[in-house]
Amino acid sequence: MSNINVTTYPEDKIFEESGYDDHFYEHHHGDKYQSSFIGHYIFSMDHKMISKQFLITGIFWAIIGAAMSVIFRLQLGFPEESLAWLKPILGKWIVVNDAGIGKLAPEFYYALVTMHGTILVFFVLTAGLSGTFSNLLIPLQIGARDMASPFLNMLSYWFFFLAGVVMFLSLFVSTGPFAGGWTAYPPLSALPQASSGSGTGMTLWIVSLAFFVVSVLLGGINYVTTVLNLRTKGMTMWRMPLTIWALFITAIIGILSFPVLLSGFFMLMFDRGLGTSFYLNDIFIGGEALDRVGGSPILYQHLFWFLGHPEVYIIILPAMGMVSEVLAVHSRKPIFGYRAMAYSIMAIAFLSFIVWAHHMFMSGLNPFISNFFVVFTLIIAVPSAVKVFNWITTLYGGNIRMVTASLFAIGFVSMFISGGLTGIYLGNSTIDIQMHDTYFVVAHFHIVMGVAAFFGMFAGIYHWFPKMYGRFMNETLGRIHFWGTLICAYAIFWPMHYIGLAGVPRRYYDFSTFDAFKHFEDLNKFITIAAIIAFGLQILFVVNFFYSIFKGKKLTTRNPWHANTLEWTTPIEHLHGNWPGNLPVVYRWAYDYNKDDREYVPQHIKLNENEVDNH
Amino acid sequence: MTFIVLIILALIVIITIQIGRISDLATKIRGEEVANEQQNNRSALGLLIFLVVFLVLCIGSAWYYKDVMLGYGPLTSASEHGFLIDSMFNWTLFFTGIVFVITHIALFWFSYKYREVRGRKASFMAHDTTLEMVWTLVPAVVMAFLVVRGLVDWNKIFDAGKNGEGYIEIGATGYQFAWDIRYTGADNKLGAKDFRLIDPATNSLGLDWKDEASLDDIVLGGSDVIMLPVDTLVKMRVSSKDVLHSFYLPHFRVKMDAVPGMPTYFTFKPTKTTEEFRQELRKYPEWNEPYDPSDPESKPRWKEFNYELACAELCGKGHYSMRRIVKVVSKSEYDSWLAGQKSFYLKNIRGTENDPHKDELFPFEIENRKKELTAEFDAKANPETALAAGEDIIILKHVFYNTGSAGLRDLSKHELDNVVSLMNKYPNVKLELRGHTDNVGDDDLNMKLSQERADNVYNYLVGKGISDSRLSAKGYGETMPIGSNDTAEGRQENRRTELRIISK
Repeated sequence: MSNINVTTYPEDKIFEESGYDDHFYEHHHGDKYQSSFIGHYIFSMDHKMISKQFLITGIFWAIIGAAMSVIFRLQLGFPEESLAWLKPILGKWIVVNDAGIGKLAPEFYYALVTMHGTILVFFVLTAGLSGTFSNLLIPLQIGARDMASPFLNMLSYWFFFLAGVVMFLSLFVSTGPFAGGWTAYPPLSALPQASSGSGTGMTLWIVSLAFFVVSVLLGGINYVTTVLNLRTKGMTMWRMPLTIWALFITAIIGILSFPVLLSGFFMLMFDRGLGTSFYLNDIFIGGEALDRVGGSPILYQHLFWFLGHPEVYIIILPAMGMVSEVLAVHSRKPIFGYRAMAYSIMAIAFLSFIVWAHHMFMSGLNPFISNFFVVFTLIIAVPSAVKVFNWITTLYGGNIRMVTASLFAIGFVSMFISGGLTGIYLGNSTIDIQMHDTYFVVAHFHIVMGVAAFFGMFAGIYHWFPKMYGRFMNETLGRIHFWGTLICAYAIFWPMHYIGLAGVPRRYYDFSTFDAFKHFEDLNKFITIAAIIAFGLQILFVVNFFYSIFKGKKLTTRNPWHANTLEWTTPIEHLHGNWPGNLPVVYRWAYDYNKDDREYVPQHIKLNENEVDNH
Repeated sequence: MTFIVLIILALIVIITIQIGRISDLATKIRGEEVANEQQNNRSALGLLIFLVVFLVLCIGSAWYYKDVMLGYGPLTSASEHGFLIDSMFNWTLFFTGIVFVITHIALFWFSYKYREVRGRKASFMAHDTTLEMVWTLVPAVVMAFLVVRGLVDWNKIFDAGKNGEGYIEIGATGYQFAWDIRYTGADNKLGAKDFRLIDPATNSLGLDWKDEASLDDIVLGGSDVIMLPVDTLVKMRVSSKDVLHSFYLPHFRVKMDAVPGMPTYFTFKPTKTTEEFRQELRKYPEWNEPYDPSDPESKPRWKEFNYELACAELCGKGHYSMRRIVKVVSKSEYDSWLAGQKSFYLKNIRGTENDPHKDELFPFEIENRKKELTAEFDAKANPETALAAGEDIIILKHVFYNTGSAGLRDLSKHELDNVVSLMNKYPNVKLELRGHTDNVGDDDLNMKLSQERADNVYNYLVGKGISDSRLSAKGYGETMPIGSNDTAEGRQENRRTELRIISK
């Protein structure tokens, strides 16, 4: 990296002189619980190792979830082509007709769509994203030895792992995995006679997600406690990097909203197994009138979306925080409007709790109630707009290093704009009458919380990979990955706006039944081809990731990006307790880039005489 | 086969890794700084090119596809409120379009312009209160505009039909995987229904026949076209039998979830008949292509165009197939179509064992029977009409006895009263009252029963003041069947009471 006035700061010496002695090493002689293979790599209590566990598990699920989307995209893009070649993997779910054309069974198509959503939303973009980076960055960036409770932190991962095992098993049950959509609306999800996937597949689905909620709560409590209690000396709240602000608020949202989902899930379990009627009323199915009255399917929707909406911010806020950090570091400028950024995270988080019913405008909700939800929903556009303007202004006047991490961060801003703006259409109940449950919605949320969150995650991975593994990821492959993904992501989701504007509903296995929906074969083919290429590019990323862990270019200095935050003051080799001696003491905010003649001034550097901290 | 695929995959992995390694080597050879600078410029230029291509493709493709989008080209709204939605869409498009273009230009242009250049120093710019106020307030004002406009329209749409304007009601009930469509009949009211009354064979909606409003309700057959009158407010009453569905009419901008146990509604006014909509489509070349691309002889697409009903809430494996055709016609055509429809109750339930009213006659039935009997009597009792043998008989369709006995039921009175007034109208007419049974049971008993029944009718008429000289009563037992005694319907026909005109 080429820069003027490149200073390197002798961290160890500084910490020895002005660090804070927390007597850590007097208590932990020999670091016993990391000494064995199992203790170090499997049941690890070290936040850096747990972070890697979350990331690699997330990558595993991302590959499965993405592969599923490729299979159902093949059905949508090439309904006439035979999928018989998938029979060795999918078995009876490929139905081969007399002419030898193999087609995906409709119930399995819906199972794939459902699993794709569940896996990506929960396992990849919640656990894989905030699990990874909360673990990695919270202790390192606030100057803590580890999480407040390393044990709960370990449990958090293993509950996630357990959730994964149960979900994975559900893929192989004979009645198929759950197929009622990732939102699992009853009565479809409550009654096995309504869909074959609502049998054992659904039982496993809901058990898996119950474990998952436990994982999120254990993790979240830990993150919040750690940020509140374990910040090092001088690390006031207003000196925290925006990554920490984002991860901190994310954890709070998770703690407040996931229990509501869990209670909703429990009632669904009772309806399924114990004969209660929380969500059931007046149902005639399978030739009989059910003896289950008095409940309301709408109640479930309220409980689900009370999590479901904050959930999209649980997904996007960590990405926003990381993008803020990556953009500031690589444009060599302070993040523009630091306080506004933090306040807008808080505003978004607060608003995220009072907008849930905008998913339910057309569910039979009293139209009067929708008025409030429209107002609050569209207010979110204001803090979101502030964030976008601040990111763009952060680039203005910078000296931007075009590394893969910063490219992905720029791509994130583009995706967030494109996907965020379509939210203004959908949040307006009047337009939502027509747009609800069409491909326009699919385009909107995939761009704004799918692709954008992935871009934020990639920015984070490329940026902090050296911190995680002591090596760089390959830049050339990274750039191919970025450009390919940027182009493919838009190629996949942009045309979906048009399909949606033509009125085509989402979750259709086949469009040929309807005259109004069947004239988009070309677009659907185009989308499918783009999706296949995008999938290939993500495999490229995975190859690069694992190759670089072992063979990537080695890190020679602690602070390769010349960043100001504390994680870059730790030794390249990970050690338990993060800092070999004293803890760093913080004297300034995280964004003193090109403040004076110094190109960057890390947080642990004392203020000069007459120098004012800028936050 | 699998082996080859695996080899190809392995090769791809190896090749990509090699690409990475070679580029690393090349960087080393050229010198890291030079290589980095080159990379930096290339990436920045890439972003700039991406910006231009992206914006051109976005706007260009939107223009290219505009005619297939609802609200543009020929596919304007087919309902009144749909124009509010389309106009709200366009206002939002206007504002977001501006923001989209400006922010993207700024994002990518700044990225390009401020790419790293050796020796340049980034400016230290932490915040700017004025600027931040401006870009907080401007979105706030725009949002306020969109919110207010959106909500005014939203409330207008859901207030339809509440200001006293008349509307017709139509019921749509979703189930896996079709819709039951129900019209009100003359009372403009949908009758009550209850899921416990559902019987897939005889009462798929679970209509409650005890509710008078149900009796004239018309239920369409499974593939019948849903008819709507143009320029008339239609209140769609939406419900579901099993899981969630959503009643979705894309061309009308109508969507409402069907929730079991919670009736919902959507009120809208179709403004274009199917034929008018077809004529709009006709002006566009793509709508003049053959409907079936593989058959150039097939009709042009515009001629085959129909409004469609779809399901928009995942409801199971057949979710994608819940299609019904909707046809909008003129009010008069609609009225005459509706008049030609028979109520589900009268068509399928009346008189069957499922009919709770089988022991009663409805006023309209009494009225109709009176007209029918009078017409028949008038024709046959006219002294100038010559009646051939057998033509002189009138069956008293509304004379009923208690089962197995000869006692007249009260229900029979109106028919007999009509006979009284007709006999008074034609004072010369003399009648034989004839009782008949089916062949079930003992012949002699049947003979006796039929005689008693005829006698009871005789006594009733005499009691009403008809001279006994004009009447005689005779039982024929099972000797004169008019239908087959092998079927229930035939036996029903055979059990009857008749008048025979003896002289006039």
